[in-house]
Amino acid sequence: MTVEPAVATTQRAAAADDRGPGTDLVLELRGVQTFYGQIQALRGIDLEVRAGEIVTLIGGNGAGKTTTLKTISGLIHPRKGQVLFQGRDVSRFPAHQLVRAGIGHAPEGRRIFSRLTVLENLQMGGYTRSPAERREDLERVMTLFPRLRERVRQNGGTLSGGEQQMLAIGRALMGRPRLLLLDEPSLGLAPILVQQIFNIIREINAQGTTILLVEQNALQALSIAARGYVLQTGRVILADTAERLAANEDVRRAYLGEI
Amino acid sequence: MSQIEDLSRRASASGGGARGRALSPISGFFGRHQSLSVIVGMAIVTTVLPLIVLLPPFSGFNVQRVWLDSFANAGVFVLLALGLNVVVGLAGLLDLGYAAFFAIGAYTYAFGASGFSGNDFPFWPMLLVGAMIAATFGILLGAPTLRLRGDYLAIVTLGFGEIVPLVFLNAEDITKGTNGITGVRRPELGPIEFTATNPVPFYITMAVIVTLVMIFLYRLQDSRLGRSWMAIREDELAAASNGVNTVTTKLLAFALGASTAGFAGVFNASKLTIVHPDQFLFQVSFTILAMVVLGGMGNIWGVAVGAFTVFIIQSVLLKQLNGFFNTFQVPILSDIDFVQYQFLLYGLALVLMMLLRPEGLFPSKRRRRELHTESDEPTDRSPEGLESAAVLQ
Repeated sequence: MTVEPAVATTQRAAAADDRGPGTDLVLELRGVQTFYGQIQALRGIDLEVRAGEIVTLIGGNGAGKTTTLKTISGLIHPRKGQVLFQGRDVSRFPAHQLVRAGIGHAPEGRRIFSRLTVLENLQMGGYTRSPAERREDLERVMTLFPRLRERVRQNGGTLSGGEQQMLAIGRALMGRPRLLLLDEPSLGLAPILVQQIFNIIREINAQGTTILLVEQNALQALSIAARGYVLQTGRVILADTAERLAANEDVRRAYLGEI
Repeated sequence: MSQIEDLSRRASASGGGARGRALSPISGFFGRHQSLSVIVGMAIVTTVLPLIVLLPPFSGFNVQRVWLDSFANAGVFVLLALGLNVVVGLAGLLDLGYAAFFAIGAYTYAFGASGFSGNDFPFWPMLLVGAMIAATFGILLGAPTLRLRGDYLAIVTLGFGEIVPLVFLNAEDITKGTNGITGVRRPELGPIEFTATNPVPFYITMAVIVTLVMIFLYRLQDSRLGRSWMAIREDELAAASNGVNTVTTKLLAFALGASTAGFAGVFNASKLTIVHPDQFLFQVSFTILAMVVLGGMGNIWGVAVGAFTVFIIQSVLLKQLNGFFNTFQVPILSDIDFVQYQFLLYGLALVLMMLLRPEGLFPSKRRRRELHTESDEPTDRSPEGLESAAVLQ
């Protein structure tokens, strides 16, 4: 280790290269337990995401998928266990520091700034970046989502559901995350839009962003993911490659709508 | 700084501003030179006001000297409204006890420079000291209320606004309680005489302070911090997951709002030469909030004009109205004491505003847009001028 990553946030690319591709663990959760007051939402989650992967969390309502993402991005802190991001324990980091560290989160329910324009929303997404970087990323996101370019001066709240979802993903991308957390990107969208969103997710991944995807639409999610975790009442009950999960009898019965 | 703005402006042009947004050369110029436009605007206002009051009907109400005195007092409320606008209009934190910081500024100066306290610190540095102490209390109030939003925050700030004057009222040893601290020093500046009979120096000083504060606030609004306030106002969780440090951002809103009130407090104390707990009751907090809402929350010029207008109506015109109706022996109206009905009139004005023009008299572009989305839906084509250029950093 010759270069000491004193400012790990700005050198995250360099740091990643040191460890070499393939074996590089971007994210690791060890026995994470998260509570809302007295109610325990996560009962010891273990999972890992490697560089360049799409990993999906599937499971029913209340399984803890959203809580897992919020715990990773620092919106809630775990009571027990560790969240390791690129080898560093970030369980106690506040959300805004994790954005700088390289975790982007498109939260549940999109939560775009409905009274700011599309452009302003995207600029907020690049809050931690320099103006020059922001300009570059803006171009990249607009290319990815041509619809957003068309509506750039429109208020976020006036967009359709699909466009809002694009904006939420685009906004998270504006922070140039190394790991992108997507929470139910297909929720409430027409089937044709779902397909479109999933294609874009695949494209974002192909451009080098590691993705942790939470979905109720398990079949779609498994079709683009490398690996998946099945969550039930705050625990991981199954972990396998996406292919094998999609073929698993129990999974098919419980989450893929087959009887 | 200007380099960054330039970059961002170009970013906006390449990023999506490709739609021909033809700004007129003049508004384009002032959009780029906001500080200059504030200076020019304030210079015009400061010059024109003393002349206007020489003309009827204004000359019928008061002589010029009294008008200028009122204008200087109005400036205090302009400052207060500008400061509250940071907290409520920009950061979206409803503060119902804002007069507390006004009180803290005023008492700071009264302790620092009055016959009663025996201290005699000069006025000008005390302006900053008052602002800083008020800011400290802003943080002290902000820190425990960070988790609160909306109505809960409003209740806590309301409590704070009640407690502070009560403390000053009951700490008789150091504040003389209900009697208030008298003999507060007037400012001194070379040969210029700040006296009760000569309002001109106060008037000019106030104009300068308001100008500086407005420039500062415009810069702030267009800064990174301004954008993070906006994001927090819209959605705190989303702001945090975009990298905004919500804790410090909210504390800074409280601190900056409070410091402006501290400024106003010091000025007011030195002008009235008396500081008294009754000057800082809930009515004051409410009046300032009404000024912000009436003027147009979030729009700096709008808030300033709103505060000025409300103050002049309240302190000059309402008082004169009685005399006016008495002179002409108007039945019924001549028996009404309009000053007494001041809050009723506020209430009416606020209700009417909410019904007819909820965005305020001089709304920010953003609020107008969000309250009239259906009517001007194709905003992407309308020249949005100053504001959109500003937020594009």
